[in-house]
Amino acid sequence: MKRNTSVNNSLHKKCFISRLGRDLYKNKLMYLMVLPALLFYFIFAYKPMYGAIIAFKDYSPSLGIEGSPWVGLKHIEEFFKSFYFDRTIKNTIVISLASIFIGFPMPIIFALLINELRNKKFAKCVQTVSYVPHFISIVVVCGMIKQFTLDTGLINDIIAFFGGTRVSMLNDPDYFVPIYTLSNIWQGMGWQSIIYLAALTSVDSSLYEAAEVDGASRLRQVFTVTLPAIAPTIVTMFLLKIGNILNVGYEKIILLYNPATYETADVVSSYVYRQGLLEFNWSYSAAIGLFNSAINLVLLISANYLSKKVADTSLW
Amino acid sequence: MKKKISVFDIINFIICGLIGLVCVYPFYYVVMASFSDPSKLMGHNGVLLAPLDSTLGAYEEIFKNELLVGSFRNTFLILFIGVALSMIVTTMAAYFFSRKDIMLQKPLFLLVLLTMFVSGGLVPLYLTVCDLGIDDTLWAVILPTAVSTYNLIVLRTGFMSVPESLIESAKLDGASDFTVFSKIVLPLSKAPLAVILLYYLVENWNSWFNASIFLRDKSLYPLQLVLRQILLSNNTDSMMGGADVGDYESFSETLKYAIICISTVPMLLIYPFLQKHFAKGVMIGAVKG
Repeated sequence: MKRNTSVNNSLHKKCFISRLGRDLYKNKLMYLMVLPALLFYFIFAYKPMYGAIIAFKDYSPSLGIEGSPWVGLKHIEEFFKSFYFDRTIKNTIVISLASIFIGFPMPIIFALLINELRNKKFAKCVQTVSYVPHFISIVVVCGMIKQFTLDTGLINDIIAFFGGTRVSMLNDPDYFVPIYTLSNIWQGMGWQSIIYLAALTSVDSSLYEAAEVDGASRLRQVFTVTLPAIAPTIVTMFLLKIGNILNVGYEKIILLYNPATYETADVVSSYVYRQGLLEFNWSYSAAIGLFNSAINLVLLISANYLSKKVADTSLW
Repeated sequence: MKKKISVFDIINFIICGLIGLVCVYPFYYVVMASFSDPSKLMGHNGVLLAPLDSTLGAYEEIFKNELLVGSFRNTFLILFIGVALSMIVTTMAAYFFSRKDIMLQKPLFLLVLLTMFVSGGLVPLYLTVCDLGIDDTLWAVILPTAVSTYNLIVLRTGFMSVPESLIESAKLDGASDFTVFSKIVLPLSKAPLAVILLYYLVENWNSWFNASIFLRDKSLYPLQLVLRQILLSNNTDSMMGGADVGDYESFSETLKYAIICISTVPMLLIYPFLQKHFAKGVMIGAVKG
């Protein structure tokens, strides 16, 4: 009996290999077409994944990735014990929470407002204009933020006009999170509203008519018809945000922060960047990066699982 | 069925108008400031509606600056080579992944999707690129971002919506895979192709980070990196390969605004014509692979 299955298995294997051989031959042109992309993914995605083993080694450029000695969890432990662990994790979570609680509802509210506009031409116009900040490079956005928040800048002019005092905002740790969050909203609100607006257009208009016959006010209609209709989209987007809570990108942070604001601005990814590429602590930096992306992956998988359960939609 | 305009409609109109204004006013301010007289601008408080003493001085200075002119050339080079390469590789791969009859299509696509969620991290990527020996060349800026998985999915979804029956009947007539690809699938997929072309253009025009870590030779710097040094120099950590912030400090405020203008205007000019496609891409991508 046992022998039988193993014979069966090897037969199956042979079959698979010969089938694969035939497929490779038959579709050789197709495989040739995908080859450059596969090479790309191999070199720039999978090779670095292998290279991440330096997190458990003491990497030095002269010894190379293979030749460097193994040190186990030394670097991760060092990070856990360091003063930066608490600070970067705390800042990452604070910035994420701020962008979830303030940033997340904005595109939804914006989409609802646009949806309620009577003049469709005007609605289209506002919508179009609201996408513009999304396409401006992050360097330019940060450059504008810097110009506007200078103590002689536009925002301070407005604050002074209303009787406030001028502050050099980018040098004050208290202002970093608000600046970061608000500018993120400015950049992304219009663009993120696209997905909600698309969901809104698929709402059955007879539902509104029925609600109107029942005497529901427009506000009432928003809560009883519109919001339930786009609820699955909202739930999915929300869970994805939660899944990315420890994933704050470094690009905008490193353009905006400076040593005076590290206290509130330094997040895990910016710390990884500084340690790895400015201070050349390769292995230490790789270890923190690995630790962070492992947590991110777990969070994202859980969020996706929840999303599947709750809203019946998922990322994969 | 004409409805009465309520108080809510008026308030909503005003709110939406304000949001629109907040989205564009910063750009308007920048444009006006760039044409202003530097000393007048320093003394000016509050909003700008028109240039103060309009002058083109700031723009003349830009074109006298070799580093800036050179960076424009580098950026266009990166755009031209990078986007062409990205388009060719992505299109061919998307066609492969859109074909359900190929055995390895599924497992390979899973490997591609996996890279969206798992990555080696910053330092391993840096070491990989240096190992290839392409650091400090423009290839280090072009190659690591040559294929965007998101764009690949968008294009694959587009290719998959080409009717199967068309492809089959062409094959019955003896068309090869390549003929099907070039004569049927590509011409029927102009919209998704346009979408990913735009995404690649924007991405390449706006990218600065890889250039900042891989390039040491200043004459290779793309526009965004030079911009970073001019606009944000005293704000950032010392650049890799020597802190050379000093030579940028002399830039006046109006010049900074003029540079923002020049780097943003190409984007804003093509934008109104293309925004419909941009938005379409979001929806194609949202349908997922």
